[in-house]
Amino acid sequence: MTLFDLRLQELHDRLHSKELSVTDLVGEAFAAIKERDGRIQAYLALNEEGAKQTAAKLDAKLSGGEARGLLFGLPAGIKDNMVTEGLRTTCASQFLKNYDPIYDATAVTKLKAADAVTLGKLNMDEFAMGGSNENSSFQVTRNPWDLTRVPGGSSGGSAAAVASGQAYFTLGSDTGGSIRQPASYCGVVGLKPTYGRVSRYGLVAFASSLDQIGPVTKNVEDAAYVLQAISGYDPKDSTSANVELPDYLSALTGDVKGLRIAVPKEYLEGVDPKVKDAVMEALKTLESLGAVWEEVSLPHTEYAVAAYYLLASSEASSNLSRFDGVRYGVRADSSNLLELYHESRSQGFGPEVKRRIMLGTYALSSGYYDAYYLKAQKVRTLIKQDFDQTFEKYDVIIGPTAPTTAFPIGSQVDDPLTMYLNDILTIPVSLAGVPAISVPCGFADGLPVGLQIIGKAFDESTVLRTAHAFEIHTEHHKRRPSL
Amino acid sequence: MSIQTKDVQHVAKLARLNLSNEEQEMFTEQLNAILQYAEKLNELDTDNVQPTTHVLHLSNVLRDDVVQESLPAEKVFRNAPEEEDGQFKVPAVLE
Amino acid sequence: MSTSKYETVIGLEVHVELHTKSKIFCGCSTEFGAPPNSHTCPVCLGHPGVLPVLNRQAVDYAMKAAMALNCEIGDVSKFDRKNYFYPDSPKAYQISQFDQPIGLNGYIDIEVDGTTKRIGITRLHLEEDAGKLTHVDGGYASLVDFNRVGTPLVEIVSEPDISSPEEARAYLEKLRAIMQYCDVSDVKMEEGSLRCDANISLRPHGQKELGTKAELKNMNSFRGVQRGLEYEQLRQAEILDEGGQVVQETRRWDEAQGKTLSMRSKEEAHDYRYFPDPDLVTLHIDAAWKERIRASIPELPDARKARYTSELGLPDYDAGVITSSKQLADLFESSLQHTSDAKAVSNWMMGDLLGYLNSNSLELSDVKLTGQGLGEMIGLIEKGTISSKIAKTVFKEMLQSGKLPQQIVEEQGLVQISDEGAILAIVKEVIADNPASVADYQAGKDKAIGFLVGQVMKRSKGKANPGLANKLLVDELKQS
Repeated sequence: MTLFDLRLQELHDRLHSKELSVTDLVGEAFAAIKERDGRIQAYLALNEEGAKQTAAKLDAKLSGGEARGLLFGLPAGIKDNMVTEGLRTTCASQFLKNYDPIYDATAVTKLKAADAVTLGKLNMDEFAMGGSNENSSFQVTRNPWDLTRVPGGSSGGSAAAVASGQAYFTLGSDTGGSIRQPASYCGVVGLKPTYGRVSRYGLVAFASSLDQIGPVTKNVEDAAYVLQAISGYDPKDSTSANVELPDYLSALTGDVKGLRIAVPKEYLEGVDPKVKDAVMEALKTLESLGAVWEEVSLPHTEYAVAAYYLLASSEASSNLSRFDGVRYGVRADSSNLLELYHESRSQGFGPEVKRRIMLGTYALSSGYYDAYYLKAQKVRTLIKQDFDQTFEKYDVIIGPTAPTTAFPIGSQVDDPLTMYLNDILTIPVSLAGVPAISVPCGFADGLPVGLQIIGKAFDESTVLRTAHAFEIHTEHHKRRPSL
Repeated sequence: MSIQTKDVQHVAKLARLNLSNEEQEMFTEQLNAILQYAEKLNELDTDNVQPTTHVLHLSNVLRDDVVQESLPAEKVFRNAPEEEDGQFKVPAVLE
Repeated sequence: MSTSKYETVIGLEVHVELHTKSKIFCGCSTEFGAPPNSHTCPVCLGHPGVLPVLNRQAVDYAMKAAMALNCEIGDVSKFDRKNYFYPDSPKAYQISQFDQPIGLNGYIDIEVDGTTKRIGITRLHLEEDAGKLTHVDGGYASLVDFNRVGTPLVEIVSEPDISSPEEARAYLEKLRAIMQYCDVSDVKMEEGSLRCDANISLRPHGQKELGTKAELKNMNSFRGVQRGLEYEQLRQAEILDEGGQVVQETRRWDEAQGKTLSMRSKEEAHDYRYFPDPDLVTLHIDAAWKERIRASIPELPDARKARYTSELGLPDYDAGVITSSKQLADLFESSLQHTSDAKAVSNWMMGDLLGYLNSNSLELSDVKLTGQGLGEMIGLIEKGTISSKIAKTVFKEMLQSGKLPQQIVEEQGLVQISDEGAILAIVKEVIADNPASVADYQAGKDKAIGFLVGQVMKRSKGKANPGLANKLLVDELKQS
């Protein structure tokens, strides 16, 4: 067993007992990055100097007997859409290629406060728009299980880094599936918390009413650990919820007896048969542990993708307007202001970002608002009601995370709509704002399949308990790609 | 509601984007496909449905009127493409 | 050419900066006049990832202002994004309110030429201010200062109920007074804490539909608003007289040239793409909140004016002038803590005080006069300690030093001489030194007495009690 195979809690204990120093652990992590990232290309920037200094400080702290944070000494990667002061943050966009943040995101501040060590910043689809990492304007991250395939996205770097042993855990962000889908493709655990659970302050906004930061980890227990550290009300984020923060680790009882599971029939339609098989097998496992499941209907599922693309693109068109070349970012040479705006933005943004800005601008423009934006907001209400009604009778909703396994690089780039439909199983959850986790539940032709477990708003505990019970009775999460 | 190239040009102007002819054509086609797909939403009667702006029904999130420290100039201008006399410089607003 | 053929229709859009300590969505100071960009942070600079958090005081002030303008306060209010690119707007959208503003359907009463008129207020909404641009390099470049970005503003939109430039000015002055009384803003046009844009159109008397309007900007003083509208009224009348058509456009008032100029721009029509800001949550304003704010609204100018005329017997005009500014009215009331002669206080304020301020282009806050000083000074006149003439000297000194009148009188030896013996001695000197005037008086020229009294006053350095001086002179002359 390697260090990387240890659970975060085990690593934590070894660090505490000084069996292992933070400096050694961080050194190990950078050694892995140096060995593998040439092939995987998960990192956009490394924080080697900073990480080593932090490690030394933490080791000294331990010798001095000071209190240790929850994530003491654990080496983490951060998706490059969370701002990190002193560490370049680009959102994988040309526009921000030299952006040097002047503050830390709240999630980053919390990681630091918990004594985690930042290894570097991870690749993503530009401004989190995409599901393959092919929209990064710097590099295409590879799927560690098959280097010719995408890692998924937009948090593809976050998932690939964990899957390839280049980070002990990472932070991703999820707007329509951007944590869960790459976790599924890369065979790792990815959790999207309830909207409002983790502060969005410092997360570069894509779609403000949907964006949520969450952990990507090797196992469910690690996800609970990291969630504990990054969650909580933040007075800097008006949309963060001022609700009680449970002890997630104590929720991991391994007991799912009597758990009521809903399986939406819509989530099994049009899904790759091998993916479906793996999901049905997982349901059997849960059944054997005492849970009961029934097929249900979430009738508005088929409208979710259309509503999502209108809402998310509309919000994005406004959120990305601040990239104008006046205060930071790319500035094109120009003698007049209008040209400066047009040129800076045209040079700075890639095609998918432009496409969504165009769609969103159109959907909000005079004469179309009611037909598109307002209509989509109303459909969002119906989709949320589907979930509310289901959760009156069931504890969790389970289905696949994605309709397929990871697809080959370059196979879908020409058809945005097909690409958007990959997110059909994660988008409804985002629209409803409820928490969901993707856990490995099998393999199809050597590629990982993810099981999506969806819970009630702010009931991450039940989601984690279900996922954990499943995980400790299966071996899928222990498999590692050969690199 | 079919989108024409001139609509794409108008929207690009609103969004402050320069699009090449190829991009204009591509976006006209792709936006039409996406919006056609979005027509699906009209199958649903939403006359009596309230729009959802926030999934959480939070209200009255307010802060006290307390002054906090502002940034030092080094941070204000750390990323500035052009600075002059402690201000951000841009080409003339009027053409 | 004349404007009398036409009916003028004016609507005003007024922006008032609320004087909170910190900005509406971040903790930066709103203090005026700081070095450029020294009151900025990631939030108000619109850096990636930042989020707004609403300042409670800004909401309270906006509600207070709306209530004072007789608006209905909705139970639910929310914020929307108004999207447009401009270098003074860091996020390229302004957080404003679109369809659920704080206040709706209000009004204020104005008085022009002794007639009271009610002007409707369509809405009052809360929003953030923009930064400031300065043009440099001969107009080829601009510098941006983001200190002002995020200062809370209320925009107050009137109904097109205003029928003349005088009414527009009266409306604006009334609005300023109400905001002052509510203590929600400094309302200084010269510092930009009160700004006014106008829509103006003309139509022939009796015509129902509105004429084509021009939007007027850059009127930076009350006088400027009136002059700009007067100019525009005349310009449009001329066009209509000649059978022409007014072009719908934005025009800029040029104070120096004394005319309005077209601000033609190549920019396409605005499409602000308003939508609810997902970064902010709804405001639910319950009855208790409304009651708390309502209870904080002080007596407003109209009520004070009515009290001054009915209870204190001030003339309508005087009461109007004094209540037009909260500071004047407060000075008036604080003077009345020290004297009961309201009319005398009013006279000194209307005459000497406003005269001094106007001729020196000063604000009340620029002088040091206190209510106690003015009240006590009137008391000294009543008691005969100083003459009205001396009082003018004392008054000027109070304006400049803020000292109390008793102290000024003592320091400068200004106490009126009411000692008969002392005055008689001067009277005798004057009679001895002015035989010609004495002869005139005795020849029946009563006017000569005035000259002789004047001489007594002069020799006493103004301190002789003039009534006593007169009496002693007459007595003396009769005896001789």
